[in-house]
This record gives sequence, C-alpha cells and structure tokens, in this order.
Amino acid sequence: MTDWLTPDEWAALRLSLLVAATGTLASLPPGIGIAYLLARRRFWGKSMLDMVVHLPLVLPPVVTGYLLLLGFGRRGLFGAWLAEIGIVFSFRWTGAALACAVMGFPLLVRALRLSIEAVDRRLEQAAATLGANPLQVFVRVTLPLILPGVIAGMVLAFAKAMGEFGATITFVSNIPGETQTLPSAIYTLTQIPGGEAGAMRLTLISIIVSMAALLMSELLARGVARRLAA
Amino acid sequence: MRGLSVAVEHRQGAFRLEAAFEAEGGVTALFGRSGSGKTTLINVVGGLLRPERGRVVLDGEMLVDTEARRFVPPHRRRIGYVFQESRLFPHLDVRANLLFGRRLARGTDGISFDDVVDLLGIVPLLARHAAGLSGGERQRVAIGRALLARPRLLLMDEPLAALDVARKAEILPFLERLRDLGIPILYVSHALSEVGRLADRIVVMEDGHVAAAGPVDEVSARLDVAALRSAREAGAILTARVEAHDPGFALTQVVTEAGPLYVPLLERPVGASLRILVSARDVTLSLYPPKGTSALNVLAGHVAEMGAEVAGDPTMEVRLVCGGASLVVRLTRRSLAEMDLHPGTSVYAAVKSVALLD
Repeated sequence: MTDWLTPDEWAALRLSLLVAATGTLASLPPGIGIAYLLARRRFWGKSMLDMVVHLPLVLPPVVTGYLLLLGFGRRGLFGAWLAEIGIVFSFRWTGAALACAVMGFPLLVRALRLSIEAVDRRLEQAAATLGANPLQVFVRVTLPLILPGVIAGMVLAFAKAMGEFGATITFVSNIPGETQTLPSAIYTLTQIPGGEAGAMRLTLISIIVSMAALLMSELLARGVARRLAA
Repeated sequence: MRGLSVAVEHRQGAFRLEAAFEAEGGVTALFGRSGSGKTTLINVVGGLLRPERGRVVLDGEMLVDTEARRFVPPHRRRIGYVFQESRLFPHLDVRANLLFGRRLARGTDGISFDDVVDLLGIVPLLARHAAGLSGGERQRVAIGRALLARPRLLLMDEPLAALDVARKAEILPFLERLRDLGIPILYVSHALSEVGRLADRIVVMEDGHVAAAGPVDEVSARLDVAALRSAREAGAILTARVEAHDPGFALTQVVTEAGPLYVPLLERPVGASLRILVSARDVTLSLYPPKGTSALNVLAGHVAEMGAEVAGDPTMEVRLVCGGASLVVRLTRRSLAEMDLHPGTSVYAAVKSVALLD
C-alpha cells in the first residue's frame, strides 16, 4: 500500500507530522503562560511582549528564519550555549519544529488569550472562597473552561506548522529525511523535471491532513461544548 | 474570642465605604438598599476585596490589618460565600460542584456530605449537570457547596434576589434549617421580611456607613433609620410564641412583647416561637378603647416617637411602645393633628393584619 508514495515522500509526510506535532505541543505551556499574562496581568513592557509574540505573523517568514539562524544556529547567540548541553537545532528536525513553534505561536497565544479573557472571573473567585489556591483555581476551573480555546489554538498552530515553509527552509534548509517537510518536498518536486505527479500527490496529502485536523478540532470542540453546555 | 469584627474604609470611584460592625453567632443581616455598600462590605469579609484601611478579625484571627500590611487571601480564610448568581462551575456536575472545596478544607469536622444533600433536598440532582438546574436548585447546590468546605462563617449575598416568589418560598425553609446548624451567617438582603424571618441581628447600611445595628426586634421599629422606613414592608418585627389554638374560629393566639395577638390558625405546637411583621400601614390608632369594633387585635400603649414630616407626603410614621415592644404606625398628618398626638399620648392600636415570617 506504500508504493503510491516514494520513500522520500513518505519521509516528508512523517517528518511534517512529527515536526508540527512537536512544535505545537512544545509551544503550548509557554503559550498558556504568556496568554495568561497578557489577558490578566498589567506589567511594564506588556505591549512590548505582545508585539514580540505577534512579530512572526507580520515579518516575512524568511526574516524570521534568518533570525532563528542567528539566534539558534550552531554559532548563534543561544545556539552555541544550547549546543553545549546537547540541544542542537541547526539542520535538524528539531530546528524545523522550533521554526514551526515560533511561526504558530502568535495564533496559539491569540486563541488562548481570547478564551482566557472570556472566562467568568467570578467563578474563579467562587473557587477561591472554597479554599482553592491560585494554582488550584487555574488547574480546576480556568483550564477546563478554556479547553475550547486550547483546542482551537492548537489546531491553528498545527495547521500553520504543516504549511510552514519560509522560516523552516531558511533556518534548517531542505534535507530529505531530516528537515524536508511537505511544503519543502513539494517545492523541490516542482523544481525538477517530472516532479509534477509527486507534487500533486503531496498536495493532496496536505489537503487531507489539514482537513482531518479541522475535523478533529470540530469534534473535540463539540464534545467540550456538550460538557460545558451553558 | 468568637465572632466577627469589621472596621474598614474603602473608596470605589465616587462611592465611599466607612463601616464598622460586630457579629457573633446566629444570623446577622446586612440590610440596605442597592448601592448602600452591603456587597462591598461582605466582599471585604470574604477577601474578594482588599480595603484601603481597616481591620477584619474572625474568631480572634486577624484576617485584614492594613496597618500591619496583613491580608489573608480568600482561600485561607475558610469563609463560605453563597453568591446571588450561584456561580456553579459549568464544567462539573452537581456532585463535583458540591465536593469542590471538600478536600481542600483540612480536618474531618463539620457536616457530612449525606447530611448536606439531605438538608438541602438535592439528592435527586447529584448526577445532573449544573447548567440544567432551575434557579432554586442552583442556589441550593451553591449553599451545599459552601457548607461542605467547612466554613467558619457563611456569607450570603442576596441568595434569593435572582429568584421569583415561588422559588424564594422553595429556598427559605432550607435557609432556616441552615440557621439551626450553628454556623454563623452574614446575610445580605434588601427585603425586610427575609431579614425578619432569618436574622437575629441586623446591621443597616446607608450610603456606605452603618446607620443602625442591633437585635432585629429593636432596630426594625427605629424611625431615625431611613433605610428601614423606606422599605416596602416597613413596620415592626416581633418575636411571638404560640399560646393557644382555637380551631372553632380557625385562629391561633400568639403572645408578643407588645401583647397578645390573634392570627390565622397555625399548625405549630403551643410554645413554638416565630417571627411576625406588623406593617406600619396595617395599624390604626384611636384615643379610647374601641367599642363594638370588628378589630380582633387591639393593643394599648403610648406614643414614643414622631417620625419626620416629608413635604408632599400626606402620611408620616409614629412609633408606639406597647408593653415591652415597639410598633410603627403610618397615619395621615391630618389624623395626627386632629388626634393631637404627641410623645406620651396614650393610644389603642388596632392591628388589621399580621404577616407571619416563618
């Protein structure tokens, strides 16, 4: 059944799913943290943080990729330091995941922030009067209530990651089996004579994956809505 | 040292709260119209609001002392709070809502889960979802949830205000049972009949300050407290005891400090105690003992205090002392002048009807 895709195309699909899932999951905890800060706290430099988070949305992806290369490349600002403790991003699939996480981050934070702002704070107050400390309030009340936003944000970030091209190819290049995700593979196939069929197959797969992600989020959101039926 | 002691100041926009009161066991009502600062005040007690200045002490524990920069956060106060809009957690069913604070409150003392659901009649609701409950059911669950967190004090912010008359009648008996559990309750209300039915003591709030405080029977008749006088059911609240039943005429005789009164036949044993409200509009006065009257309840007393005249209002209030209690009467200024009433005048008060508060 695997013969309708070439091994390279299979590798690109597997890699894309791995990279998108890793990037999305890894960006969730900091995403929730930053969205919470932006939604609830007032602090010095808040609009600065908001701007930095949103920067990847408006910068040309190639610029973001180049900045990542400067920062997290082997001789980069953080890259050199991280390499010493064994974390290497450059020209690895982990780098592609990082690029996806950064590119999807604004979408994730935006969805999370909106849902945190929509939480009825009076419910959190009620939880506090019942003896819940701030962490318990967050875990037992806030988090369950923002679950639809978490799902929506993760789907957006995942979809963005599946389609991420410019930052990834700039940061970690286009190495089959290591950093060649679906969009890079499609791009490569369009550059070589006779690659049209392969490009078409991968395009179809891209569409299927994206639609499956949407469908799954819809089902999850419906399940949550049933539970929250207000 | 048992009890609650509050003395705080707080500004919120143009509104200024400057209030001090004490409460011991039993039910203390915070009474006043909306905007008088009742909710602000119990939010200070519950820890939802940090006052600019002042102290809050519960059972000898300093909860707030702005001078010492002490502020105990709400989750460490063990003060239950029943909100006007129940605030049930929409992602949890009734049982999980009830148990939310159970494990967080250390200790094994206090009322058991089974007792609470029995007391509040919510056994059939346990598996239901919070969202599917009626207003009255939601409020009962909210009360149970607060009780199960083992509170040292229970705050109730107009728990009946969002309910219609039928739902109110459904909840009130449960609130009475709650009163008998022995947990001190601070009960916010703007309905005098509710206060009379549930509370032992009343703290009257006016424009952010305490206008009067004391036992309900004493304070309810005070003419100098505008918030009490402008209440819809203004009058005097009396404690009564069932003296005798007269099934032939379908009447029960009760004894109050103001004297004996007949009320429609009650299904209560002789000796039972209850609260009644004698509305100021339901009392008429005469200077002589009425003869050949249809009035069943006539109490002898004397005028103790005259209320303030309000321009454009043909009526005003007078406080009588009958026996050991006060009654309030609203009569026209013209009658007042014709009868030449002044403090000390002996009068006979005919009580047309009596509202039973429980």
